[in-house]
Amino acid sequence: MDDSVLVARAKSGDYEAFEQLVSRHERRLYALAMKIVRQREDAEDVVQTAFLDALEHLADFREEASFATWMTRIVTYAALKVLRKRKGLETVSLEEFTSENEEGEIPHPEYIADWRGDPAKIVEQRELKRILDEAIDALDEKYRLVFVLRDVEGMSVEETAKVLGITPANVKVRLLRARLMLREKLTRVFGDESQRVFRSHRHEGDERGATPAEALLKSYRQS
Amino acid sequence: MKCEDLLRMLNDYVDGDIDPAVCEDFEEHLAGCNPCALVVDSIRKTITLYKGEEVYEIPLPFRERLHRVLRERWKELQAHRPCNSASP
Ligand SMILES: [Zn+2]
Repeated sequence: MDDSVLVARAKSGDYEAFEQLVSRHERRLYALAMKIVRQREDAEDVVQTAFLDALEHLADFREEASFATWMTRIVTYAALKVLRKRKGLETVSLEEFTSENEEGEIPHPEYIADWRGDPAKIVEQRELKRILDEAIDALDEKYRLVFVLRDVEGMSVEETAKVLGITPANVKVRLLRARLMLREKLTRVFGDESQRVFRSHRHEGDERGATPAEALLKSYRQS
Repeated sequence: MKCEDLLRMLNDYVDGDIDPAVCEDFEEHLAGCNPCALVVDSIRKTITLYKGEEVYEIPLPFRERLHRVLRERWKELQAHRPCNSASP
């Protein structure tokens, strides 16, 4: 049964329909909350608050977006609120705390290798989750948020910018860094060491006298 | 196109937003540059992995509490809306 049918039933007073919606989306939304707040109790609070919000405002939900999208927004805002609270900020944009160092070092691809195969087949499920968790945990908050909203939740660049209170250009820069950093970490785990590629040969893009990595880094700093 | 140009346009390419005029150059570089091809491929795999894998599982006790809390709140709201004729 389509979500929209369940929403209509819930709106007309059918609690079982609402509960079915909760059951359908709670796993994904809990995972989303965890990716943002990084702490189990906070994630639970976020998800509970979000569903209570949804329940109380169901009549106002005009279904211009899907129920999934609507809930994603509610959970995201609730989770960002937790982050702000932790910083002792209630109303100030997260951006003021995260805008410094935008011109800092950009990771350049270092470990380049073909992956050994499907990660789900290389390591066991629990190990895979741990690896993914550790890699994303190592990211700075500003990179993590952009990656989670844009790449995991599939928000557009514009929507991600709006939700985080930053410019679309900032979203793009941060997303590139986030992707490169995660790629680096995961390739060190899943990459085929014996097939590792070094940019040792001179490329047409390399600057004379600089190693490829240095040239690459330099070009990033200039951009 | 140079490797660093390619890296700057990586996002647009991976997201399918790349300018068609540049796309050909981009793919030509990829075809001739194994390191860049591997970087693009591993970035795609990284995104796919995070998209597809539920890294965090909802704790069962929380799930039960959530459903209990929601049901109670629903009943409260219904109690305040006695006119809701569609109520089961
Ligand atoms: Zn290249």
